[in-house]
Amino acid sequence: MWRFFHQMGSPKHFYRIAGAWIPWLALLCAGFMLVGLYQGLWVAPADYQQGESYRIMYVHVPAAWMSLFIYVVMAGAGAIGLIWHMKLAEVMAISSAHIGASFTFLALVTGSIWGKPMWGTWWVWDARLTSELILLFLYLGVIALHNAVEDKRTAARATSILAIVGVVNIPIIHYSVEWWNTLHQGPTVTKFDAPSIDVRMLIPLLLMAVAFKLFYAVVVLMRARCEILQRERNTRWVRQLADGS
Amino acid sequence: MKTRSTSRAFTLLLRRDLTLAFRQRAEMINPLLFFVLVTALFPLGIGADPGLLRSIGPGIIWVAALLAAMLSLDSVFRSDFEDGSLEHFLLSAHPLSILVLAKTLAHWLITGLPLLIVAPLLGLLLDLSAEAVWTLILTLALGTPVLSMVGAIGVALTVGLRRGGMILSLLVLPLYVPVLIFAANAVETASAGLPITAHLSLLTALLALACSLSPVATAAALKISLS
Repeated sequence: MWRFFHQMGSPKHFYRIAGAWIPWLALLCAGFMLVGLYQGLWVAPADYQQGESYRIMYVHVPAAWMSLFIYVVMAGAGAIGLIWHMKLAEVMAISSAHIGASFTFLALVTGSIWGKPMWGTWWVWDARLTSELILLFLYLGVIALHNAVEDKRTAARATSILAIVGVVNIPIIHYSVEWWNTLHQGPTVTKFDAPSIDVRMLIPLLLMAVAFKLFYAVVVLMRARCEILQRERNTRWVRQLADGS
Repeated sequence: MKTRSTSRAFTLLLRRDLTLAFRQRAEMINPLLFFVLVTALFPLGIGADPGLLRSIGPGIIWVAALLAAMLSLDSVFRSDFEDGSLEHFLLSAHPLSILVLAKTLAHWLITGLPLLIVAPLLGLLLDLSAEAVWTLILTLALGTPVLSMVGAIGVALTVGLRRGGMILSLLVLPLYVPVLIFAANAVETASAGLPITAHLSLLTALLALACSLSPVATAAALKISLS
């Protein structure tokens, strides 16, 4: 067991193990996503108020969950990298940033598409929308900082600090925005009841959530492998790999 | 060489930074001018209807204060980075976070405090009531130190970069959102004649949080930037 963890800490073994896992995870992800989409788009009943257009929720809600989840993972990996000087944690943190930003963007876009027919407008300064937008800015800041620092090792450590500062700030930002919104205009049309959802709608949603998590795992492993190759390009094992293939 | 206590190092560093700033007064004046200028641009852009100005005035003043604070941030560590004193701070026996706190405090005294003094003038320009102006000063007194503290983290992360300015704004502005919301809201609430204790408590809480956590983060960021 411990041997496995130590092996995962070495870039070479991680590269190999991740390469072996990716196809299986991808297959599992595709399975969950197909079943989830089928259940969500065909089997689940239409909403009594929103009709068919609520079905965008099966992409929107998991994406929004992932956007927060990945930021926490990024900050956690960054903290591990800073404390124990684990290269792999740094790699994971920075590989997560782009994916997290994409999920945040996806959540915003799908929410906007849903909002047009439902609320009659593409954008509302609702608390959730606003904090999601600021989350996107936080992700973009992390990515910009990583691109600006030339030395990749320093860049990863600097972005880890930023991610940790961000993770402390996210709850503050979220509640300040919520408070700002309620002070301004009170609860608007945007309230929708999460717990009072029908089971037939809930199951596809959870399936999609698992599928998105798996998707993240696949993509983050792929990105981490690229990042490792780039960082370790002067080591012998990468040269052997390049010569062999 | 005699080693001095940390509190002595704190006051010495603070005094040094203040002396340096007073010898280069332009650096103190510029953010102030910027603050006034940006605020004066808004009525030109959106029209001089007093009712409109009164309702958006608090937000305008606070956004201008935010931008002024952000633009002056670069001077926190820049000159020390260029002449190498920053490396001496890193090597000194005193905890870096305390030294960072002294530098941040000096920066706030130089660039943040003057904003408080011109704020009433801007309040007059935007037709704010007396209570609103008082609240504005109070929120600036509580909020601008937070801006300096949080900004110092961003500066520490970007100090080694050649073109850090743009990235600094990307890093720092999202983190300024809570201060902006609470402070601008407090002024708005005060001009409506409602109590603002909750806003002030929250701003003070943010200040306490920033004072206790941001020097540590800034010190860690400086160590990485200079490694």
